[in-house]
Amino acid sequence: MNYFLTDDQKMIRDLAAQIAREKIAPIVAELDETGEFPWDVVKTLAQSDLFRVFIPSEYEGLGGGIFEMCIVVEELSRVCGGIALSYAASGLGTIPIILFGTEEQKKKYLPRLAAGEILAAFGLTEPNAGSDAAGIKTTAKPDGDSYVLNGTKQWITNGGEASIYTVVALTDPARGVRGSSTILVEKDTPGFTFGKKENKMGIRASATRELVFQDCRVPKTNILGKEGMGFLIAMRTLDQSRPGVASQAVGIAQGALDKALAYAHERHQFGKPISSFQGMQFLLADMATQVEAARALTYAAARSIDSGEKDVSKVSAMAKVFASDTAMKVTTDAVQVFGGYGYMKEYPVEKMMRDAKITQIYEGTNQIQREVIALNLIKEHVRAKK
Amino acid sequence: MKVIVCIKQVPDTTNVRINPETNTLVREGVQSIINPFDCYALEEGIRIREKHGGTVTVLTMGPPQAAEALREAISLGADEAVLVSDRAFAGADTLATAYTLAAAIRKLAGAPEGTPEGTPEGTPEGAPLGSGADIILMGRQAIDGDTGQVGPGVAENLGIPHITDIRKIEEIAGSRIVVERLLEEGYARLATSLPVVLTVVKEINEPRLPSLKGKLAARKKEIPVLKAAELEADPERFGLVGSPTQVMKIFTPPKPSGGKKFTGEPSETVGALLAELASAGISIRKK
Repeated sequence: MNYFLTDDQKMIRDLAAQIAREKIAPIVAELDETGEFPWDVVKTLAQSDLFRVFIPSEYEGLGGGIFEMCIVVEELSRVCGGIALSYAASGLGTIPIILFGTEEQKKKYLPRLAAGEILAAFGLTEPNAGSDAAGIKTTAKPDGDSYVLNGTKQWITNGGEASIYTVVALTDPARGVRGSSTILVEKDTPGFTFGKKENKMGIRASATRELVFQDCRVPKTNILGKEGMGFLIAMRTLDQSRPGVASQAVGIAQGALDKALAYAHERHQFGKPISSFQGMQFLLADMATQVEAARALTYAAARSIDSGEKDVSKVSAMAKVFASDTAMKVTTDAVQVFGGYGYMKEYPVEKMMRDAKITQIYEGTNQIQREVIALNLIKEHVRAKK
Repeated sequence: MKVIVCIKQVPDTTNVRINPETNTLVREGVQSIINPFDCYALEEGIRIREKHGGTVTVLTMGPPQAAEALREAISLGADEAVLVSDRAFAGADTLATAYTLAAAIRKLAGAPEGTPEGTPEGTPEGAPLGSGADIILMGRQAIDGDTGQVGPGVAENLGIPHITDIRKIEEIAGSRIVVERLLEEGYARLATSLPVVLTVVKEINEPRLPSLKGKLAARKKEIPVLKAAELEADPERFGLVGSPTQVMKIFTPPKPSGGKKFTGEPSETVGALLAELASAGISIRKK
């Protein structure tokens, strides 16, 4: 399918695919087993300039946008959704700096993030504030020239590995979510520690940890935007980052389809390749159609964002829902194509099925996404009637 | 440090076929790549630059499409690229290739300090090399020809030392270089003076992948072409005319057939093998 990629975008895609093939594929199974963080791959991605693609050129990026980030995430996910997540989550942590950072903050962090010298992470979720993100309890009390953070963030991707964390905390707890702010916290700030590394079902090569703040003092200049903008910044950030999750899902699904197709072609039963049976053909045809539809919607969402369109919540949520549901379905079907072998760890598709599941859950569950879509639909309807 | 890396564009040998009638390689539909050993040379050149500063220039002799290999080298981190290309160079064997590359390197290195304008009469062998080439790197051999002769040949033509099969550059200090040369069993530690030609083995490093910035630079890069007339050299020694070696025949060796397998415990199979050899009139002498 022709998605009218520019020469630069094709170049990005091909290089990401080459890295996935040559540097990631050989270590996928091992990292899935050990859960070790893929620093070697991160270094390769950095050296190849892939962290630069979505960062403005004024800050040593290559000036692309969400679409360029999505291309990279998709190609990496095709081989390993876990390693791709480490890249995507750094993007998630970087987006609020790009969108709301002061010139000084951008100059301080973006060039190093672009070079891939450091990773970023985004801290919103708490033990009791998941889908109800407005229920966060972490505080950042103003005190002179500082904010003093207390509280715990949960399931933070790149936790412990990233050097810079964008954390949503209450600067004015009395005002609830309207008193929330987004604050940059650097690793190694006194009072900032990490909880245990989570033992996950999938995306095991990615690091997921708690961020623990105990009287952690950061300068007031570390705030993004203004006090009280925390929740807004978080929502705007997630609107932009969700196509990244969708791309991860598309990549995982495409990877599973690649494997299923190759297997169906070489596996013989009843004296014929199983790809010659209609039952198998229909399965593969549906998988391919769903992946292509998911990709088309994801690309459309990413391009809408990059075009500067204001209200992208709906399309961004649609891409995330559709692509992640597709990934779950396609990877499950891929295991089916492999039959008993598909259930075994020696074969690659059971991992893809495990990796796919999280895309329906994180960065807003698919139930929350549907709520976002519906609320926007109703809003648009009411507006049209006026 | 001025590094020149000589590369060769070769067919991807994972799918090489030979036309049995013409005895030549079938080039149609075969992807061209940088000779893999040369990729290690390029990577080493870039690492020398990263450590000691300077520039890396890639050089290749070949048809116009060899510029693609040079662009790839730029995307991998080389600073400059020069294509040595002329109909007069066509059909060169290793002798003529080494001669031509040496003439090109001499040109790139510039005139040596203290020599008057102009070049010596006739062929310039043995004349000192200019300051534009401290280290000349290449792979130990090309995967299509497999001769390993061009590196030493270039050094001889330039009148400078060469060391083949380098597995490590230990130190570069002033005009002295210390390297490890891979041997069949172990390695030799050698020191020599610059300028020098080094050919490398794949143990020397792990080549990096291209970068986006490199690819963008490669797309825009102007690649100058050196023609025969621009080289201070003897035209009789270029290309087919300058090549004493002639390829009589290239062929795919027939797959070995027949043979006999001895299976079982070595205590039995060794005896059976010896008996078989003895019956074929081959005797094994005991030491």
